[in-house]
Amino acid sequence: MAQRRIQEDERYETEDRPKWDNKVQYLLTCVGFAVGLGNVWRFPYLCQIYGGGAFLIPYLIALVFEGLPLLYLELAIGQSLRQGSIGVWNSISPYLGGVGVASMAVSFLVGLFYNTILAWVLWYFFNSFQDPLPWSQCPLNENLTDYVEECVRGTAANYYWYRVTLNITPDISSSGSLQWWLVLSLALAWSIVYICFIRGIETVGKAVYVTATFPYLVLTIFLVRALTLPGAIDGLEYLFTPDWGVLLNPQVWLDAATQIFFSLSLAFGGLIAFASYNPRKNNCERDALLVGCINSATSLYASIPIFAILGFKATTNFNNCITSNVLKLTNEFDIAEKNITADNYDMWLKTLNTSHPDRINSLELRECNLKRFMDQSVSGTGLAFIVFTEAVIEMPASQVWAVLFFIMLFSLGLSSMFGNLEGVLTPLFDLHMVPSWVPKELFTGIICMVSFLVALIFTMGSGNYWLEIFNSYVGSVPLLIIAFFEITSVVVFYGMKRFSEDIEFMTGHRPGLFWHLCWMGVSPLMLLVVLVAYVVVQVQVQPQYPTWNPSYTLFPEAEVKPYPDWVFAICVMLSAVPVVPIPLVALYHLIRRLTHPEQHTRDEPHVSNPYDNKAFITHTIM
Amino acid sequence: MWVWIVCLLTAAPALAEPLCSKEVCDNYGYKVRISIKTALGDKAYEWNESEMFLFRATVAFAMRRYTSDETYNVSDIVVCNKTARVSFWFLVTSPANTAQLVPRGQVEAAVRLSRNRINSAFLLTDQTLQFVGILPTLAPPISYDTPPWLIVFGVVMGVVCAGIITLLLSTLLKRTRSKKNLLETEEEEDRRGSITANGRLCESLREKDPGRGHPDDVHLSKL
Repeated sequence: MAQRRIQEDERYETEDRPKWDNKVQYLLTCVGFAVGLGNVWRFPYLCQIYGGGAFLIPYLIALVFEGLPLLYLELAIGQSLRQGSIGVWNSISPYLGGVGVASMAVSFLVGLFYNTILAWVLWYFFNSFQDPLPWSQCPLNENLTDYVEECVRGTAANYYWYRVTLNITPDISSSGSLQWWLVLSLALAWSIVYICFIRGIETVGKAVYVTATFPYLVLTIFLVRALTLPGAIDGLEYLFTPDWGVLLNPQVWLDAATQIFFSLSLAFGGLIAFASYNPRKNNCERDALLVGCINSATSLYASIPIFAILGFKATTNFNNCITSNVLKLTNEFDIAEKNITADNYDMWLKTLNTSHPDRINSLELRECNLKRFMDQSVSGTGLAFIVFTEAVIEMPASQVWAVLFFIMLFSLGLSSMFGNLEGVLTPLFDLHMVPSWVPKELFTGIICMVSFLVALIFTMGSGNYWLEIFNSYVGSVPLLIIAFFEITSVVVFYGMKRFSEDIEFMTGHRPGLFWHLCWMGVSPLMLLVVLVAYVVVQVQVQPQYPTWNPSYTLFPEAEVKPYPDWVFAICVMLSAVPVVPIPLVALYHLIRRLTHPEQHTRDEPHVSNPYDNKAFITHTIM
Repeated sequence: MWVWIVCLLTAAPALAEPLCSKEVCDNYGYKVRISIKTALGDKAYEWNESEMFLFRATVAFAMRRYTSDETYNVSDIVVCNKTARVSFWFLVTSPANTAQLVPRGQVEAAVRLSRNRINSAFLLTDQTLQFVGILPTLAPPISYDTPPWLIVFGVVMGVVCAGIITLLLSTLLKRTRSKKNLLETEEEEDRRGSITANGRLCESLREKDPGRGHPDDVHLSKL
């Protein structure tokens, strides 16, 4: 078996499968794919709500027992079978081709909404070149007598995000119209993705030198800047102070496992595709360990400046709160300026409250609690586009920090988009589904154009609601299912013995006992538990979503509305349709075998390959 | 004459008293709050009678400017209820008749018109020299002919499109060049009338050793 593999290996060297220029490109591309927006705006949030330093324990356990084995498996299988996701699973067994199709479908759907987020980042980036920053002040209303009411009731940054940028509708049923500025940004985002992908990994490999390394540079700059801001240390203390009690909460373990899984971008097919461009003899074990550890280290590294800045913001809010209360007291009782300060505020309040309680009540003083400000934890787009933008306004030279921040977000997202698009294109190219007269560049352009047109849904008024639906329903359960099938396919259908031999050929040594245990037992079990628990939790929660509704009585709080039935049907479809190919393809092949038994001799699953040409082999033996 | 002057002088403070009553202040006066330390920090000056005099002078100036009546004087501005906050009430009496008070609307309009000048006299702003009840005029939003974001967008889009076109053209040129090379080598082969035997040109075999009569062929063919 290994000998036959060697012969095929020699033949492969004459084929013109694209290759990485050097190892660094490959590693940077994988790291860039794994390190994405989630490392910056999801991990710090989880750390915060799950008791700071204590969250690292379930996170690291999940990394070691679930993340690294799956990552190693994907890289090894891609490198060994040297095809994209559909080809790889087809090679192992035609019944498993559906797994590859499912990966491709999920990659496509995730790519749609992920690039829309990048379009939003671009929009904010363009608007950071103004003084003052447009999200720092409310616009005036038509009479120029006062600020716009919606803005006054919320905050300027909220208004800028929900009204100026998204022009969001009050609920998902009212679609609104296409927002032309978002359409332009989306077109630019897809154009940038296209130009990086124009010659396949030739151009991607060069683009990642910038997109994968630039975020680290910006994070370091932000780290240095953030640590000098007042209140930064409070924020860091708050983040890292462990609350060991959370380890007893099963939700924490579930979230740690899902975070690691989604963070490493497993089951998209992108990693398999990237590994397939490697030379056969490449130490994929070391690559997997490197990529996995760099990904987690980046999450940790990113959470430091994020939390320093959030601590700074909480301190600023707290100081503003105290100052406004002090001003109210000073004005009401005509006390001399600067007699009441932040330090003696409590003492003054107590004295005045005993002497004039009714006047104090009429003042409506705000409750100023630093811990409460710190507790206002946000993740996702809220963190980047509302909380962070507010923090940036308070920093001197705001434009510079805003520009740097949004470029960083864009690079993080762009390198992840490479993996998504790769997961769509490589299977199609490998299976020769593209007619040979269509050049690669044209086909890539067509895919980008189609994605752009479909993603126009997200530029409508209700676009943000749809994006959240895609994010929750496509980017979660289908991936877990695909990963479960991936690992069981390799262990059951391909066989651990054959897999170990392949790895021995590629890396020079067989995988150790730890890997065997993980692949055969621990990881599939963990995946199954996580999948079941995730579905159970989702099913129990009523499907509802927060809306931005200015006519809501408790505005600016989000009004939580339930999904209409037709929307919920779409949600279920989004979760089900990507994974439906798995049973469908298996069924199709089963039916074919049953109806045409003579064409399918029950043989050991062989590596059937489009490049396989038996006549050619006979000639080279001479 | 002397009697009149003495009467006026004695009567003036007496006239001032009822002016500072609550009803009069509410109907005709405005409260002013001054926050010097907030505005100027270390460079804060002390609020004393001279500063109060300046304030009364600037309000008189504002009244002159608004009404175009040059008879307003510092004495027409009455100040009462001074506190340590630095806050006080002020009223404006008509220059022609000290008993008659200028209505609030006029005072407000006058202050609004010259707000900037009053603020600058004290190195303060609308928020730190606060006329309670007179809303500061909001600055009109900065409007651009072309929004700056469109300019940045245009630049980036232009660069990306230029890049795409360049890359596509270079790929196209490379392909046509390689196709041309391929055609040239094929034409050469056709010209030489080659029949490839086991992948080697007869031409090359002939060139190697014309006299040998292709002995290598024997090793190559299995026949």
